[in-house]
Amino acid sequence: MEERIQLQVSGLVKRFGTETVLDGIDLCIRKGEVVVVLGPSGCGKSTLLRCMNGLESPSAGTIFLDGEEVTSDGKKITQLRQKIGMVFQSYDLFPNKNIMDNITLAPVKVQKRLKSEVEQDAERLLKRVGLWEKRKAYPRELSGGQKQRVAIIRALCMNPEVMLFDEVTAALDPEMVREVLDVMLELADQGMTMVIVTHEMQFARAIADRIIFLDNGNIVEDSKPDEFFTNPKTQRAREFLQTFAYKKRRTHTD
Amino acid sequence: MQDSGISVLFMGKNFLRLLEGLWVTLRISLIAVLLSIPLGILFGMFMTMKNPVSRAVSRVYLEFIRIMPQLVLLFIAYFGVTRAFGWNLSADVSAVIVFTLWGTAEMGDLVRGALISIPKHQYDSAAALGMNKIQTFGYVVVPQTMRRLIPLTINLTTRMIKTTSLVVLIGMTEVLKVGKQIIDANRFDYPTAALWVYGVIFLLYFLACWPISMLAKKLEKRWR
Ligand SMILES: Nc1ncnc2c1ncn2[C@@H]1O[C@H](COP(=O)(O)OP(=O)(O)O)[C@@H](O)[C@H]1O
Ligand SMILES: [Mg+2]
Repeated sequence: MEERIQLQVSGLVKRFGTETVLDGIDLCIRKGEVVVVLGPSGCGKSTLLRCMNGLESPSAGTIFLDGEEVTSDGKKITQLRQKIGMVFQSYDLFPNKNIMDNITLAPVKVQKRLKSEVEQDAERLLKRVGLWEKRKAYPRELSGGQKQRVAIIRALCMNPEVMLFDEVTAALDPEMVREVLDVMLELADQGMTMVIVTHEMQFARAIADRIIFLDNGNIVEDSKPDEFFTNPKTQRAREFLQTFAYKKRRTHTD
Repeated sequence: MQDSGISVLFMGKNFLRLLEGLWVTLRISLIAVLLSIPLGILFGMFMTMKNPVSRAVSRVYLEFIRIMPQLVLLFIAYFGVTRAFGWNLSADVSAVIVFTLWGTAEMGDLVRGALISIPKHQYDSAAALGMNKIQTFGYVVVPQTMRRLIPLTINLTTRMIKTTSLVVLIGMTEVLKVGKQIIDANRFDYPTAALWVYGVIFLLYFLACWPISMLAKKLEKRWR
């Protein structure tokens, strides 16, 4: 991990109507850092990620990506978004395009790169995740896990500097979670800067350089993963972790 | 069967007259549809705008066109406008105007339905890939709405072809009127003529609409 700051969030406030979802978030993410954002449902994790690539515009505060401010200004934001890939929970492949066309669409049309060149990138990545045979298939012919891996590749083919993952395995059948998380682990190993929202606690612990715990629109904890999982500083984080721990307690009472 | 009604079809130019009669309404339908499609697309986009004024305006327009029987609209255009403003609109032109207004409203509503059927996350993922509004529309939204819209548009076209027979009431000689004329002229010599004439008209309508539906099916398959 380098010292260079990749993503800087300062005083970020986001309101929907009268509801304050994010209430002054300060966060600094360095290049190559993997940050996992945890927190109870509805605490604003998705909103934070969506602000980072300008899908939501902040009510107050600023976000800088690579020294450039993320604004809702049309032309600038489409430029910036090419540096920041995002994968969502819902399967968001374009249903009318096959896998290869899903992947090459934006690099060719937005970045004006040569189709043949993008297809080479796509081939390399599809082979790596074992989906090269599916390049002509349509999204409806893929399983959820396969779709999410394609969605990750589609974002990667834009050559982003940061990747945002918003609960990408939350809608998957359990046996498909692993294949998607493995792709993310590999990506982290390669030094990609990542911000991940997940409910897979073991995965969070394995992949994170840093855990951010959000509650009531604020960062209430910002720690190393081992520290967070073994010895959370706040009561809220302890309670949150308890909700994932019931399995363990049952085996003890058997 | 010497006096079979079928022979009236081959008397003089009867068959040709029927075809010409059909063409009168087909032509109006085709012009109205060709105008309604681009106008309806614009109207549909206008209806989905967040602006409350555009919503209210389009709502009123759509409801007005839907509530009014097409016949009343035709009368307003042909008799009313001529009286009120002294413009001398021909029956042809009035019909094209009325059916274009109607087609635009219906087409607009179809476009609106297709547009709002695209899930929000499709827009989000297009945006997250750096696409601007025009690219998102052109590469993501339009291709997805097409598949849904094509069959509905075809359906609208066949409805249009059927509804334009109303122009007989503003004095145009379309296929049903021609048919009636032929039947009346042969009432005493060929009492069964009506069956044959209306049978042929049925067939003509079928032949006009059937290829259009086939085309719809084919396109639907291709764009899947
Ligand atoms: N577009 C929106 N309009 C109104 N409220 C929203 C919108 N997006 C999110 N919210 C609200 O913001 C809160 C946080 O949502 P979200 O960021 O999705 O939480 P999380 O991802 O942590 O579950 C929720 O209460 C949600 O209802
Ligand atoms: Mg969420």
